[in-house]
Amino acid sequence: MAADDVRIDEPTGPTGAIARFNAFRHDKPHIFILLTMMLAALALMEPRVWVVLTISGLAMGAMVFLMASGMTLTFGLMNVLNLAHGAFISLGAFAGASVLIWLSAQADQPSLWVNLVAIAPAFGFALLVAGLLGLVFERLIIRPVYGDHLKQILVTVGGSIIIMELIQVVWGSNELPVPRPDALKGAVFLPEWLPIAGGIALEKYRLIAVVLGLAIYALLSWIIERTRVGILIRAGVESREMVEIQGYRIRLLFLGVFIAGSALAGLGGAMWAMYREIITAHMGDELMISVIVVIILGGLGSIKGCFYGSVLVGLVNLYVGYLEPRLAAVATVALMVAVLMWRPQGLIPVIKL
Amino acid sequence: MSETLLSLDQVCADIDQYHILHGVDLVVPKGELTMLLGRNGAGKSTTLRTIMGLTTVTGGDIRFHDQSITGQSTPRIVRRGIAFVPENMGIFSLLTVRENMILAAVSGAMDPARLDWIVDLFPPLKRFWDKPAGNLSGGQKQMLAIARAIIEPRELLLIDEPTKGLAPAIIDDLADAFEQLKSQQVTILLVEQNFNFSRRLGQSAAVMNDGRVVWSGSMATLAHDDDLQHQLLGLGMGEHQ
Repeated sequence: MAADDVRIDEPTGPTGAIARFNAFRHDKPHIFILLTMMLAALALMEPRVWVVLTISGLAMGAMVFLMASGMTLTFGLMNVLNLAHGAFISLGAFAGASVLIWLSAQADQPSLWVNLVAIAPAFGFALLVAGLLGLVFERLIIRPVYGDHLKQILVTVGGSIIIMELIQVVWGSNELPVPRPDALKGAVFLPEWLPIAGGIALEKYRLIAVVLGLAIYALLSWIIERTRVGILIRAGVESREMVEIQGYRIRLLFLGVFIAGSALAGLGGAMWAMYREIITAHMGDELMISVIVVIILGGLGSIKGCFYGSVLVGLVNLYVGYLEPRLAAVATVALMVAVLMWRPQGLIPVIKL
Repeated sequence: MSETLLSLDQVCADIDQYHILHGVDLVVPKGELTMLLGRNGAGKSTTLRTIMGLTTVTGGDIRFHDQSITGQSTPRIVRRGIAFVPENMGIFSLLTVRENMILAAVSGAMDPARLDWIVDLFPPLKRFWDKPAGNLSGGQKQMLAIARAIIEPRELLLIDEPTKGLAPAIIDDLADAFEQLKSQQVTILLVEQNFNFSRRLGQSAAVMNDGRVVWSGSMATLAHDDDLQHQLLGLGMGEHQ
């Protein structure tokens, strides 16, 4: 019996282990698929390798989440397909890298506190520059094409090419090496007394990416679930006209969400730059594949779906890359296809298609 | 005749390429409940939507407190003190009842005393307060839609067919709620198809046909004149007895 056959409005609650399992699979598909994937990977590799790969996958997921969250919100609320989102990622990366290079005196000190003097402005500048570009982009490029997907695709792809070319004009067409701040280099070692994972080296930067990603997920979830702006965003996903009838200017809300989404893409780009330590103007295009996979498999418009989608994409990349490197590129798309065959609407959809 | 709160003067409006309103003249007196009646397709809902700035006005003037609101944006019109409950109620079904109410209180926090009064008026809202509004029944959704419109003191309520698809017992409850609003001198413009409901509540009435107001006067006059009803609304004796 397929999971889809379990109806949520069944008069009696599920009884028995199988029924409970089916209900779990149906109600919490994101947890189910995440656990399944982690357990399957654990069965196929040494536990110590699994721990390292899982942390790395979570780190990658956290960064992809930052890049994808803005796009899923833009799509969910505004019904706008912004294929220039990758260009915002690239711009954020270059903006952040420039600040790091400029403040390399602080970034090269071995103290984390001194490093923060370089890192905080780098991330802040990436947020600011990408957010400002979002403001201009929404006014000039998006506003005339609200409600028309085909035009949005054409015009945002065009916009994306222009931004990436402009990046090459400003920063040159060569790859740009990004200095990772000194305190974020190297690894921390798990204590020896830990069973299985004792003594494992974990790259510091990845741990920080995980923490930052979780913090921003928590912040976004709080905004969406608990604040008035969040309620407005969810209401806007359902009916734009009714938001106006309640007395709110949906245009301002759109603009705010677009700017926030662009800024987050920029932050994700800056984090990715420090992770890879080398960037190109077209890095955003390469990341867009992961971003699009994430927002589709997570369920369009859902921050929670986007988070779990990102973690799944990060993990599958690392696991498959370790088990069979040649399949790593295929794995992400294969994951999306598998999830969509099971749940065509994505893991946690919030909008009706 | 009491002071005029809202007036429409020769208002014409289009939806896409169709001309729907062809010069609507309508006066809504302050503190009264005005019924807007007419056959299906007469332009009643479009008239309400046009007042709210949701259609393209191609001619005429809409005045609220004797100031023109023609062509203003919907949020601006709302913030002048006009609330609108559309025919489909426009409930945010993924939000909880509470969240629906929070958004409806545009100027900030809900006034607790007013909320108590509303919950008294519509007890089911309290029971489902933290449940998704999509789970409410049709009547409960209508209650929520009206509750949203009155959570803040508004000068004018525009309500489109509140009784549509509801069971008679619930229609009675709604009528009681409207009686209460009437007693508080809230100005209401109500679009209705249910003539018994209209007769019970309406003070003044306007009847539309083919995008124009073809008759206006007191509800009592219309309620007591069978020929007039038949002529304007096509009602037979059996339909409203």
